[in-house]
Amino acid sequence: MAVVFKKPHALTDAPFHYCPGCTHGIVHRLVAEVIDELGIEEKTVGVAPVGCSVFAYNYFNCDMVEASHGRAPAVATGLRRSLPDGVIFTYQGDGDLAAIGTAETVHAATRGENITVIFINNAIYGMTGGQMAPTSLPGQVTQTTPYGRDVKIAGNPVRVCEMLATLDGVALAQRVTVDCVKNVNIAKKAIKKAFQYQMEGLGYSIVEVVSTCPTNWGLSPIEALGWLRENMLPYYPLGVYKDIKEGGENK
Amino acid sequence: MAEKVLMKGNEALAEAAIAAGCRHFFGYPITPQTEVAAYMSKRMPKIGGTYLQAESEVAAINMVYGASSAGMRVMTSSSSPGISLKSEGISYLAGADLPALIINVQRGGPGLGGIQPSQSDYWQATRATGHGDFHILVFAPSTVQEMVDLVSEAFDLGDQYRMPAMILSDGMLGQMMEPVVLPEASDKPLPEKPWATNGTRGGRPHNIINSLYITPAELEQLVFERFKKYDEIKEKHQKAECYLTDDAEIVVVAYGASSRIARSAVNTAREQGIKAGLIRPITLWPFPDKAIKAAVPTAKQILCVEMSMGQMVDDVRLAVNGAKPVSFYGRTGGVIPTPAEVLDQIKKLGGVE
Repeated sequence: MAVVFKKPHALTDAPFHYCPGCTHGIVHRLVAEVIDELGIEEKTVGVAPVGCSVFAYNYFNCDMVEASHGRAPAVATGLRRSLPDGVIFTYQGDGDLAAIGTAETVHAATRGENITVIFINNAIYGMTGGQMAPTSLPGQVTQTTPYGRDVKIAGNPVRVCEMLATLDGVALAQRVTVDCVKNVNIAKKAIKKAFQYQMEGLGYSIVEVVSTCPTNWGLSPIEALGWLRENMLPYYPLGVYKDIKEGGENK
Repeated sequence: MAEKVLMKGNEALAEAAIAAGCRHFFGYPITPQTEVAAYMSKRMPKIGGTYLQAESEVAAINMVYGASSAGMRVMTSSSSPGISLKSEGISYLAGADLPALIINVQRGGPGLGGIQPSQSDYWQATRATGHGDFHILVFAPSTVQEMVDLVSEAFDLGDQYRMPAMILSDGMLGQMMEPVVLPEASDKPLPEKPWATNGTRGGRPHNIINSLYITPAELEQLVFERFKKYDEIKEKHQKAECYLTDDAEIVVVAYGASSRIARSAVNTAREQGIKAGLIRPITLWPFPDKAIKAAVPTAKQILCVEMSMGQMVDDVRLAVNGAKPVSFYGRTGGVIPTPAEVLDQIKKLGGVE
């Protein structure tokens, strides 16, 4: 009997702990499919963050390192400089990458550290129960912005791909989402390119995945996808912000 | 016999690390340790090693964490304020059972403090290089030669016990020049690290480097096992030099730079007929309490001398356990005590005015 659908080898059998409707599961799978397709599982080392995807080390079959909050790019740098033929990726959320780990992110990017970064932007701190993230939208209600994010007090959100695209060391900066089949396919292509660029030694690649957090947004999974389209995508437009081989198409 | 060369402590230490097989150095500039990094930046590219100047001490220690995860013999160096920044990473290294060598060329504190030599990071090194229940190995050289000799020991013990090791130097030892015999490059292979995350090549089950344990009983068990290892280290690896202590009535305890001053005060006291001796801890963790206890029977007075307000003296008191009076003399903030000041203290304790 023909197999039409199977779990990628690069994923373990451990059941995901993610909430219903959370898009981490889709992105994990896309990363694993890419690792399978490129045949790189045995030389790949992943770095898990602190945040909702902290247990990512249990889900990927490749070697995994758990970093402290925000330091995944530095840990990945240590791995990169130790394993010349290894494939190194980090998997980070918005608090990890764009708040506490901004310095490590910016400097890994500007060094052109030859790593692949998967960045989940869901505009909230999920694991700690829904506090304001660096990417929370103006007016967004969170546990720590109960009256809505007032940018005069809490400051403005950060657009990571736009910021990193200005740096010389970046090979690829692309923002995608996984709200529908079409976009999942685009996201997978971007992730695959981000790994391929690393294998070609081109430098730092980041794929930002605009994601949902139904639990902490207080929405059903379907409503959350709607909120993402209506609110997140206008602020965080999808597209290629930098591609040193093909040029950016965007904005 | 290798030839003697005249070298700064910081540079000799760096060369010794290379001889011990270290090929990965991640650092950040800070006075008075900068020569370690500068030396590494000159040498590493010539021997196929990695020197990388990180964006911060925080990043540097996490690069160390990454390289150690990959199974490398790796180090970083800093001075007091920078070590505070590294403390998060040191805790994670300890929690993930990763070896790494960390150099602290101490300067005055707290805060930005000063840039002159100090020993005021003893508590930090031996009690709290980060949050959580753990220890790291701490070595305290007192000469440039000893700095060199302790480097390979620190790497080897760190690998053996899978834990971070620190060389607690200071601005005086780091900056001064002394003749030193550098070790030959070691040709013995570095230990196998089957736990390393260097790729599941050949399809072995995946390795995970991690310090997160959500189940309390699981974390407790892991900490218990780590403390069993610590007990073994305390039993087997205490190191101290005992100088003129066999009949010593006034036993001075001092490490690192202050032990050099204390030694000269002890020598003068002996010339003046006072039975003084010196115990010089070489390992600060494990603290050499056996050596201290052995000196208690002849001692009438024990004097701890430090370049701080009195930190190691806590461990001396714990070792003496009330059997004899323990007093303290120290200067702090980057001020170095003179042999005459220490001699005065010895004389007072000996009832000689």
